[in-house]
This record gives sequence, structure tokens and C-alpha cells, in this order.
Amino acid sequence: MLSLYGTEIASRLLLGTAQYPSPAILTAAAKASGTEIVTVSLRRESAGGASGGRFWSLIRELGVRILPNTAGCHTVKEAVTTARMAREVFATDWIKLEVIGNHDTLQPDVFALVEAARILTDEGFAVFPYTTEDLVVAERLLEAGCKVLMPWCAPIGSATGPENIRALRSLRAHFPDTPLIVDAGLGRPSQAAEVMELGFDAVLLNTAVARAGDPARMAAAFAKAVEAGHNAFHAGLVEPRDTAVPSTPVIGQAVFS
Amino acid sequence: MRLTVNGEVLEASAATLAELLNELEYEGDWLATAVNGELVRAPDRDGCRLTDEDRIEILSPMQGG
Repeated sequence: MLSLYGTEIASRLLLGTAQYPSPAILTAAAKASGTEIVTVSLRRESAGGASGGRFWSLIRELGVRILPNTAGCHTVKEAVTTARMAREVFATDWIKLEVIGNHDTLQPDVFALVEAARILTDEGFAVFPYTTEDLVVAERLLEAGCKVLMPWCAPIGSATGPENIRALRSLRAHFPDTPLIVDAGLGRPSQAAEVMELGFDAVLLNTAVARAGDPARMAAAFAKAVEAGHNAFHAGLVEPRDTAVPSTPVIGQAVFS
Repeated sequence: MRLTVNGEVLEASAATLAELLNELEYEGDWLATAVNGELVRAPDRDGCRLTDEDRIEILSPMQGG
């Protein structure tokens, strides 16, 4: 089981709720993924509008844990206020903390991220920081009180898969006891399996599932890949080598010449 | 009184945030509100007096990644 801020989670796949063709397909994908945690957001509601209420009902019917995000925030103040508002609406201390620093790459502003993380952990939030693969930033986030790290493996929505395997491996090695969730950049189940084989504890997916031709089927495919990668890491992978090694025993082999 | 609500400038007669939500026909227990960048929790909306040029955000749950 994966323990996130004291909560035991069986599924190692976290799922975003945006970009699905319809609410029904979102529900189908969430169920097919087996996820126990979905991410949600807060946005402006129009006067007399009920879209937020309808969405909130749909999410509650899934019966999973809610991880609100601060997507779209560019400053510490925006992120902190959004987190406080999310805590009130969603009735959870969990917050996926995003402070965007660059419009093109949606790269997090890690300096603001650390500052916001410190403020929110002091207020009792369980902060899930969306960060880069930078080792020193990770250390600062842990010092700020974060007990989970969510590094990207590539830009949000890019579906390119892990771009810096060495850094991801380094994070895992430096923080063996901290839950590490790859957030953003995964496009294929094989890429999810790859980061899980590195020993990451979970992945957070959205675009790769929601924009697939058949989101529910893709969600199921990712679920199997995540489980396979997790089991492979713990089973102990054989290290690659440059030369061939016969797998069939050579002792007792017949000689015909 | 001139207020900015979710980025739109409008004239309102409401004296408090709770009255403003009624005036604009917002309803539901899923709304989050902020005035001038600070959270105003639902129980505090009755006592939250508005002043000219206040900036108000009214948010609700939405899809997110």
C-alpha cells in the first residue's frame, strides 16, 4: 500500500478530471483506471450558474478521494488563496500545489512553490507539490514540510514521456522513504511502466487518458502498466550487459562433430 | 457601489457578500468566495461588508489535472 499523509492507497494511478469528451466518459475512465484519487480545480462560476454543482455531484458519486489543484496560479498569493478556497469547498487538507513560472512550458516557479508550500504546511495543509526533477528544490520542499513530491517527467500535456531519466533516478535514490509521484508528461502506458520501474510510487495522468480515442480503455491500459512497473521494480530488475549470455544451460549439451 | 465580480465591473446595491450572492442569484453550497484576494468562508459572508471598488471572486468546482 502507498501511504500519502497517513492515508493508505492501493491504486498507484492518480487521475485528472479535465478534457474528457463527456462527463459519462470521465466516469467510465475513472472506474476503469481503478484510481482512488482524482484531481479537481476551482474556476469562476457565472451568476446563476450550476456547472460547478453538477461537476461536484459527479465527482462525489465516484467515491474517491479529492486532490484539488491550484492550476493556473502564477504567484504565491494566488496559490495560497486558491488552496484556502479549495479546502473550504472540497473539505480536504490535500492540495496539489502548482505555481506556474513559464507560459510555454508550464514549468513550475520553484522559488514561489517552496514559499507557498511553507505557508500552506504551516496552516495544516497536506501539500502535494508539482515540481521539476531538481534535487535541491526537492530538498527545500521537504524542509518546507512536504511529505510527498510530484516531479514532472516532461511538460504538462506533452505526452513525451520521461526526458531526464538520470535525474528521476537520482531523486528516487536520494529520497528512498518519500512518496514520489510522477506528475505530468506521460503519454503512453509503457512510459508509465518505465518510471514505475525506476521505483516511483505512483503516476498522475490526465491528457494521456482523457484525449485517447477510448479513454476508459486507455485508463485500464495505464493501470496495468503502472502495476507491472511497480511489481518489476520490487521484483529486482536484471541489469543490462553488453555481451550475450546463454539462457539455456550449456552443461550436458550434445556434441555431434 | 461599483464592484469587480469575477473580473466584470458591475453596479450592485448589496451591503454584504451574502447579499451580493443573492442579488446575482448565486446559489449552492459548493461556492468559494474571496474579497480582495482573501478567502471569505461561507459562514463569514453575512458579516463581510463590501465597499466601493472591492474585487470579488466566486469560484466553484471544475475539472482539473
